[in-house]
Amino acid sequence: MIGDPPTTPAATRVSDPILSLRGVTKVYEGGLTALSAIDLDIERGEIFALLGPNGAGKTTLIGVVCGIVRPTSGQILADGYDVARDYRKARQAIGLVPQELSTDAFESVWSSVKFSRGLFGKRPDPAYLEGVLKALSLWDKRDDKIMTLSGGMKRRVLIAKALSHEPHILFLDEPTAGVDVELRRDMWAMVHELRKRGVTIILTTHYIEEAEQMADRIGVIDKGKIVLVERKNTLMRKLGQKQLILHLSKPSKVLPKGLEDHTLELSQDGYRLVYTFDKHQEDTGIANLLARLSQLGIEYTDLQTQQSSLEDIFVSLVRAPT
Amino acid sequence: MNVRAIRSIYVFEMARAFRTLMTSILSPVITTSLYFVVFGSAIGSRIETIDGVAYGAFIVPGLMMLSILNESISNASFGIYLPKWSGTIYELLSAPVSHVEVIIGYVGAAASKSVLLGTLILLTARLFVPYEIVHPVWMVGFLILTAVTFSMFGFILGLWADSFEKLQVVPLLIVTPMTFLGGSFYSIKMLPPLWQKVTLLNPVVYLISGFRWSFYGTADVSVGVSLGMTLAFMLACLLGIRWIFATGHRLRA
Repeated sequence: MIGDPPTTPAATRVSDPILSLRGVTKVYEGGLTALSAIDLDIERGEIFALLGPNGAGKTTLIGVVCGIVRPTSGQILADGYDVARDYRKARQAIGLVPQELSTDAFESVWSSVKFSRGLFGKRPDPAYLEGVLKALSLWDKRDDKIMTLSGGMKRRVLIAKALSHEPHILFLDEPTAGVDVELRRDMWAMVHELRKRGVTIILTTHYIEEAEQMADRIGVIDKGKIVLVERKNTLMRKLGQKQLILHLSKPSKVLPKGLEDHTLELSQDGYRLVYTFDKHQEDTGIANLLARLSQLGIEYTDLQTQQSSLEDIFVSLVRAPT
Repeated sequence: MNVRAIRSIYVFEMARAFRTLMTSILSPVITTSLYFVVFGSAIGSRIETIDGVAYGAFIVPGLMMLSILNESISNASFGIYLPKWSGTIYELLSAPVSHVEVIIGYVGAAASKSVLLGTLILLTARLFVPYEIVHPVWMVGFLILTAVTFSMFGFILGLWADSFEKLQVVPLLIVTPMTFLGGSFYSIKMLPPLWQKVTLLNPVVYLISGFRWSFYGTADVSVGVSLGMTLAFMLACLLGIRWIFATGHRLRA
């Protein structure tokens, strides 16, 4: 069991935010509170992963920043501009790749991307758009109707459209949902490349692996509230528990007597003893455990350690009573 | 003003019309030609002149209005409904465009298509009947005003509709009957006195009457009233659109 989330309101603030939310609340007409007084800063140039279960408020959060959903209260600054008062400048800074594969099915890739650039008030720049399409392996498909493309290719078209106006902030709402492993890894590479160019990326995902692989910081949203914002590495260090797994020579039906004082679990097949410990504690208890096993004459053939994944942390957080 | 966004929406919408040339342009032209064959030639040969105008020529303005009304509504409503239906509306909502720019783009494209179509029908009519245009500037004025006004009405319809059925129901069950009963094929003076009064409740009467006046200099109602009613309907549409955008109705949650 992981303890209370380590987040304090100050943890959501950074010195040079490219995106800043203060007290952002959204209550839908039916009375559902989708966002509850959200305070959040996104650092310039970072990759921020927003995790949360279905219905947690991830897409609503993106919606209020991008202008698709009207917040009930609160203030949002994007690239220094208020998204309500200076909506033109704020929106010019933002690109959005939606969760749904919503495309202009009857249009060609090229005309759709060109349309997006114009819509954001940018002067035509075929060379730039060519570069975007080539980077996304879409150049050969530029004259194809979008309806003829595969799901993965349509996802790329959405990314190309979002990048067409050269945004500083890119929202990726579940970017790799329904995408095969190869394409997913391509997208991860692309996201890192964009970050190198100075684009700030905020992604929501169900794939914890994605957040672990890509994010600099991780936020967890649940029931419309930010329950945690932390640097990924800090988070893993703070919350990550380690496990020592001992492979026994002989199976045991119950936890051997004399080991009750240690936080041990026996696997169902009786061959593995799992000891969970905090690796940052001065005394992890491993030495005592191994000595005790030796005293009791319990033999083991192998031992290994493993660290809690972000998934374990995430599940633990969203299951915790709020 | 984000002129590039307006241009993008306009070009995008016009391209859609040209991509679907058969349904957008050719179909209404063929349908109108059939009206000329049936009403103008077959039936018209048995009807005397109306207000000194041969029947075939008399129905030209009415037929143009019939097509312009239907096409303006259909083009504008479909233009904004399609992104709502497909989900691509997110892009429009998240773009740095104002409501006015969105309206200019969509309504401008729909109205342009209608004016183009009206011109094609006018040219097609020439193949069947001789006609004259006494007030060409007013004719163009009424044509554009009607196209813009009903494109705005179609835009409202497209924002309101949440199904293809709703998209069709207003043009089919309200606009088309109103157009037929609005004097497209007859002068309202030909009606019994009571129906002459009842038919004045139909706003399409004023559009057709004013448009016909620009062709032949005669009208069922005074041209000033026609113009006033058209402008009043345009104002009502503008207020409707303003209210929809102000409330976020059916667009923004």
